Amino acid sequence: MLPVTAKNLTKKYKDTVAVNGIDFAVQEKECFGFIGPNGAGKTTTMKMIYCFVPRTGGELLVLDKDPSIHPEMVKADLGVVPQDNNLDEDLNVFTNLTMYANYFNIPHGIARVKAKELLAFVQLTEKEKVKITELSSGMKRRLMIARGLINDPKLLILDEPTVGLDPQARHLIWDRLRELKSQNVSMIITTHYMDEATELCDRVAVMDKGKIMVVGKPKDLIREHIGEEVVEVMLLDTTADKLKKDAAGFLVTLEETSQKCYLYCQDCRPLLSHLTDKGYKHILRRPATLEDVFLKLTGRDLVD
Amino acid sequence: MIKVSQRWIKVWYRNYISFLKFFYVNLVGNLGDPILYLVAMGFGLGAFLGNKIEGMSYVQFLAPGIIVSSAMFAAVYECTFESFLKMIHLRTYDAIIVTPVNIEDVVAGDVVWGATKAMLSGLMMFIVVAAFGLVHSWWSLLIPVLIFLVGFHFASFAMLITAMAPNFDYFSYFLELVITPMFFFCGIFFPLSQFPGWVQGLSGVFPLTHAVELSRALVMGTVPARPVTNILFLIIPSIGLFYWAVWRMKKRMIK
Ligand SMILES: Nc1ncnc2c1ncn2[C@@H]1O[C@H](COP(=O)(O)OP(=O)(O)OP(=O)(O)O)[C@@H](O)[C@H]1O
Ligand SMILES: [Mg+2]
Repeated sequence: MLPVTAKNLTKKYKDTVAVNGIDFAVQEKECFGFIGPNGAGKTTTMKMIYCFVPRTGGELLVLDKDPSIHPEMVKADLGVVPQDNNLDEDLNVFTNLTMYANYFNIPHGIARVKAKELLAFVQLTEKEKVKITELSSGMKRRLMIARGLINDPKLLILDEPTVGLDPQARHLIWDRLRELKSQNVSMIITTHYMDEATELCDRVAVMDKGKIMVVGKPKDLIREHIGEEVVEVMLLDTTADKLKKDAAGFLVTLEETSQKCYLYCQDCRPLLSHLTDKGYKHILRRPATLEDVFLKLTGRDLVD
Repeated sequence: MIKVSQRWIKVWYRNYISFLKFFYVNLVGNLGDPILYLVAMGFGLGAFLGNKIEGMSYVQFLAPGIIVSSAMFAAVYECTFESFLKMIHLRTYDAIIVTPVNIEDVVAGDVVWGATKAMLSGLMMFIVVAAFGLVHSWWSLLIPVLIFLVGFHFASFAMLITAMAPNFDYFSYFLELVITPMFFFCGIFFPLSQFPGWVQGLSGVFPLTHAVELSRALVMGTVPARPVTNILFLIIPSIGLFYWAVWRMKKRMIK
C-alpha cells in the first residue's frame, strides 16, 4: 500500500493554477519532502492529500483510497499539522488533545493516557493545564505536532512543522520525527529550511509555480545539480566578468547574482588557491547543500 | 452531496465542554434582556393598560412570547457570532474537518448546540415566568420541546446567514432587518388582530408567530386555534433551512 500516489494532480482556484499537473508517489515508511518558494503550491498539494480541498483534476490515492470519495476513512489514518496553528482556544492544553482524540472516536480513558504521553513527547507536560493563549508560539507548534499524533497516524503530514521554533525545539522535533520514522510512520513534510529537508527527508521534490521540477534523494540532487563543493566570491572589489576569465581554466559552472558569484565544482581546492593567488579576498569554499540546488533551480533572486 | 453523520455529536460535545467553563457568564448574558422586557413592558407598560388582552393581564399575555423569543435570540447569537468566530477567527472548523468529522457534521453539531443553548435560555425564562405566578397548566411541561424546535429553527437560519456572511457587520443587517421585525410582529407584544390584514398574513408565515401561539396555549392550558398549522410551520421550514445551511457552509469551506 503506497501512502500517496498522484498522477497529473491539479488544483485551480478561481484564477490561479495552484498545482499544475504533478506526478509523485510517496513510498511506505518514507519521509517525503516538498520544498519550493512561497506560492509554489506545496500547501495546496498537502491540503488535497488531507482532504481539505478537492482536486480539480488528475488522480490521487491516499492510503489506497480516493479522498474525494472516502474522506472520513482517509482522514481516520492521517495525522495533520497544517501550516497555520489552529488549536482550540476555548480549551486548555490537555483538553485540546483529548477533545481531538474524541473526534477520532478514541475512548476517553485511552485518550487521556495518550495525551499524557504526547505531552511528554513534545516536552509540554508542565503546561498541561495552561490556556492556549498563554503558550509561546513554539509551544503551540509543538502542541500542534502532538495533536497530529493523537490517532497513531499511518501517514503524518507536516506543513512547515518547525516554523518559529528555537534551535533546541527544532532539534527536539527532528529527534521525535526520526523516532516516528523508525516506527514505520510515513511522512510528508514541507519546509523552507533546507537543512531540515536534508536532515529528515529520504526524498524531496522541488516545486515551483505549481510544478515539480525535480525529485530525488537530497544527496543525489546536490551531486547532480551542483557537484561537491561551492566557492562563493563576494563582488566587492571585483566583477563577474573578471572572475569568469580568471576561473576559465577550471571545470566549473558559474552563477552570478548582484552581490555574489557561485562556482560549483567537484573539488574546489585548486580553484580556491588559484583565486587566492590572483588576489581575491572575499572568498569562501564550502560543501554544496540542498539550498544551492533550491536556489539554482528556482532562481537566486526573489521573483515576485 | 450532503451527508450528516452521527459524528455531529462530537462537535456538540466540544461546544458543551467549552460552555461549561463560562457557565455563569453565559447565563447572565442570555437572561438579562428577556427579564428586562418582561419587567419593563409587562409590569411597567402593563400598569397603564386598563383593558385585558384576550382576557388576560398584559404581563400574562407577554410572558409566553418572551419565553420563545429568548430561545430565538440565544440560538441566533450562538450560530451567528459564535459560529462565525469559530469558523473564521479561531479556525476551529479547519482543525476539526481534518479529522473524520466532516464539515456537514460540524454544521449539524453547531446547529444542535445552538438549539440546546436556546432551550436552556428558554427554560431559564420559563422558570422566571413561573416564579411570577404566570404559568397555569401542566401542558407547559411541553415547553422544552417547543423551545428546542424554536431553537433548531433559528439556529439553522442563523447558520445559513453565517455561511454567507463576509464579516461580522453582516449580522447586524440580519438582526435589524429580519430578526427584530419578526420579534415585534409575531404576536408577542400585541395580538395579531390589532394589525391590518396584510400584516397578519405576513406574520402568519413567521415560524415565531406559531411558536408564540403554541407557547401561550401551553402556558394557559387552552386549546390553540390552529395547532396543526402551528406545528407544520415550525418544523418544515426548519428542515429546509438546516439542509440549506449545511450545503451553503460546505460550499464555503470546501473550495
Ligand atoms: N484559498 C485559496 N484561494 C485562492 N488562491 C489560493 C488559495 N490558497 C492558495 N492559493 C494560491 O495558490 C498558490 C499556491 O499556494 P500555496 O499555499 O499552496 O503555496 P505554498 O507553496 O504553500 O507557499 P508558502 O511557502 O508561502 O506556504 C498561490 O498562488 C496562492 O495565492
Ligand atoms: Mg504553504
